[in-house]
Amino acid sequence: MTTSQLPDSPQNSGLWQPNRQLSKSMELLAKIVFGAFGLVSIATTIGIVLTLIFETFLFFQEVPIWNFLTDTQWTPLFTNSQYGIIVLISATFLTSFIALIVAMPMGILAAVCLSEYAPSGLRKWLKPALEILAGVPTVVFGYFALFFVSPILETFVPGLRPFNGLSAGIVLGIAILPTIASLSEDAIYAVPQSLRQGSYALGATKRETVTNVVLPAALSGIVASFILGIARAVGETMIVTIAAGQNPRLTLDPRVPIQTMTSFIVQVAKGDAPTGSIEFITIFAVGMTLFLITLVLNAFSFWFVGRFREKYE
Amino acid sequence: MQTNPSTAVGAGTTFHVAQANYYYGSFLAVSNVNLDIPERKITAFIGPSGCGKSTVLRCFNRLNDLIPGAHVEGTIQYRGVDLYDKSVDATELRRRIGMVFQKPNPFPKSIYENIAFGARINGYKGDMDELVERSLRKAALWEEVKDKLKESGLSISGGQQQRLCIARAIAIEPEVLLMDEPCSALDPISTLRVEDLMHELKEQFTIVIVTHNMQQASRVSDMTAFYNAQATEKGGKQGYLVEYAPTQTIFNNPAQQATQDYVSGRFG
Amino acid sequence: MTATDPNAFSQSSSAEQHFSSDLSGRYRLDNIFRIASWVATVTALVVLAFLLIDVLIDGIPRLDWQFITSFPSRSAERAGILAPLVGTIWLLFVTALFAFPIGVGAGIFLEEFAGDNLFARILEVNIGNLAAVPSIIYGLLGLAVFVRVFLPITGGRTVFSAGLTLALLILPVIIVATREALRAVPSSLRQAGMALGATRWQTVREHVLPQAFPGILTGTILALSRAIGETAPLIVIGAQTFVPFVPSFRGTGFSALPIQIFNWVGRPQAEFHVNAAAGIIVLMIVLVAMNATAIYLRNRFQAEKM
Ligand SMILES: Nc1ncnc2c1ncn2[C@@H]1O[C@H](COP(=O)(O)OP(=O)(O)OP(=O)(O)O)[C@@H](O)[C@H]1O
Ligand SMILES: [Mg+2]
Repeated sequence: MTTSQLPDSPQNSGLWQPNRQLSKSMELLAKIVFGAFGLVSIATTIGIVLTLIFETFLFFQEVPIWNFLTDTQWTPLFTNSQYGIIVLISATFLTSFIALIVAMPMGILAAVCLSEYAPSGLRKWLKPALEILAGVPTVVFGYFALFFVSPILETFVPGLRPFNGLSAGIVLGIAILPTIASLSEDAIYAVPQSLRQGSYALGATKRETVTNVVLPAALSGIVASFILGIARAVGETMIVTIAAGQNPRLTLDPRVPIQTMTSFIVQVAKGDAPTGSIEFITIFAVGMTLFLITLVLNAFSFWFVGRFREKYE
Repeated sequence: MQTNPSTAVGAGTTFHVAQANYYYGSFLAVSNVNLDIPERKITAFIGPSGCGKSTVLRCFNRLNDLIPGAHVEGTIQYRGVDLYDKSVDATELRRRIGMVFQKPNPFPKSIYENIAFGARINGYKGDMDELVERSLRKAALWEEVKDKLKESGLSISGGQQQRLCIARAIAIEPEVLLMDEPCSALDPISTLRVEDLMHELKEQFTIVIVTHNMQQASRVSDMTAFYNAQATEKGGKQGYLVEYAPTQTIFNNPAQQATQDYVSGRFG
Repeated sequence: MTATDPNAFSQSSSAEQHFSSDLSGRYRLDNIFRIASWVATVTALVVLAFLLIDVLIDGIPRLDWQFITSFPSRSAERAGILAPLVGTIWLLFVTALFAFPIGVGAGIFLEEFAGDNLFARILEVNIGNLAAVPSIIYGLLGLAVFVRVFLPITGGRTVFSAGLTLALLILPVIIVATREALRAVPSSLRQAGMALGATRWQTVREHVLPQAFPGILTGTILALSRAIGETAPLIVIGAQTFVPFVPSFRGTGFSALPIQIFNWVGRPQAEFHVNAAAGIIVLMIVLVAMNATAIYLRNRFQAEKM
């Protein structure tokens, strides 16, 4: 017995014989098994990093890193292949940028509307409705971009091609809008009521209170929502693959077909490239680039939130 | 106290309240309040929790407009103008009637910005740096923060934060200062500093203060209003004004037994 | 003095000279801002409505029993979604089978056992990071590890590999949902259990988990519904678009609804686009059913608790 130091209790007549040893072992077992489950998530990260490093290393044995970074053409599937990643990055940048132009102002305005303007009865309906939008699979958004948004844009954007960065970017923005709106709304909602009252008591109007006091107070949460939105936009695959085309080209013209990092990976993966072939390892090099970008975004978000979060009791 | 709402109010009166009932939705929180709050004096509101002191106070700058369903019946006049008249603009009103809250609530911005904000939105035309310094000096905070005006308003102590909130309120040159338990989150030293400050500010402003601290009420105020609450049939509590008189009278020689019991600490 | 003049407050001190705020201008800005915020919200919802209506108009006429029970075909009229539908249901089970116990276990570990040590903190940062990694990267991981390294176990490009990959993808979501559900259980319950001489695990198993279970279940179903809509990782792993048989757990060749939709969208003929719309409707029905289940469970258990 582990409780041997305790004096014998008078009622300890033998009716009470808990199997402490068993419960202790079960406790330990539970801890170890669940801890191991936790390790799975760490193993995932390690797996991602090792896989990408390994294949990327193979890739750079075939293609000099200098060419990868400085070439201005992306033609891995041609005989005279060139690997200028900047081509794919520029396309990713373009679609993400358009998406952010759509999603940041709309997301933050929607968040303000939900938390400051909508009556609480309506808010109960609006928020789940926005969450439905967040749950729509991206392949559906792709369909929408190609067959609904592009034809509409074609009627008034001169020179717009059927596949283009513009409609992909706009729909991408709509896809990340609920993320930004919902997380920003959480941050805005968490701003204590006393700050709003302090502002009103100084003779501020509602908008002045929102833009000068509430939004700055929620800044770290809002920026975190933006960063997550950017990470989503950069890594989003189906919308850009379906609607932006498969033409690697270094341009910032949103009207022509382009190829993002993600849609290149899809293009190669769809086409059954044999394991170990140069096309095959190329997708890992592109994946590595993508991963590094999201890692940087994440690190920035982490730093920003840690640095600028205001704590209210 | 028995002023007829239609009669003109004397020049020395800031707020004239007559037969006012304060509601939250259909709930009558405070009933039948009659008060005349004198100009450039300190008026204290005392009474047990939930009797409606904050409610009455927060209707003076119409802050309760922000609560859906909150409304007032009866007369509340500010310098002879009906506060709840449609033509009275709540934003402009709040510029003239400043407020300090129970918990210090500085904005999560720099100390400087905390003060400049109100001035900026209200179209202040003068020199901002000078206004910030003047307000901080008036709030007896300047010496402590003059070297860290760029630091966050949340980075200073609770007592300093509260004085920052006072500085913020007086920076926009209000005519009245409403204070809802301004010292309840402060230590005795900070409390005394705020009280000293109130004595100075009284030269310039009409002050209405809610406090649970009897000594504080007797120390700082010229007039005292004692509120109480009674149980209603519906099970709720309904506040009402028991007695309103010079502080001397309330504490030494009140007309009502309940007041006597409350100020002497013999309260149910 | 009449009470109708907004600036009627008499005795306005010298303050008037210092402050000149253009109130009507400020209110105009207020109105613009308020209207803009409503426009943003309504626009988002209108787009959602357009999206749904567009898909419904395109797809409903094509939706019939033949469409549900047919294998892919070169002719759009004869093609159906049997193989991808079965594939999606397979994926749902395999993903749940792995993600649920591991995610819940890891969540319990973090919330109940880990305390505040280095391992727990690394785990926490790691989970936050994983949540932002694009799904296509998980596809690359699955391709390199499950399809190639674990080939003898998984059989390569199979439902098994795909399910494992999706399980890793939603693991962070389930862990976070589990932690939130556990955190919502009052700590007085744990103290009550431990005060009776139960170990932490006994307390968690007997008292805390049952309380938290509805929340965990809801979170898991929502995470699974996200997995079901994923396309990119499946493409990378090697899901196929022409599977003329019912896929099995470890058999080569599997498809899933989003993959089939993607394939049809990419065909040049308009008839296939109609098929894509009909496929989207089926996919959305599956998702709505899952979400409705989650909401139903949440409401039922919430009502019970009261
Ligand atoms: N926002 C509100 N909605 C509904 N009822 C309210 C609200 N605020 C206060 N009340 C009610 O009005 C009554 C008076 O409240 P009030 O806050 O004015 O009391 P108080 O005298 O300031 O109390 P304390 O000393 O505790 O601050 C109470 O019965 C309270 O429940
Ligand atoms: Mg109060």
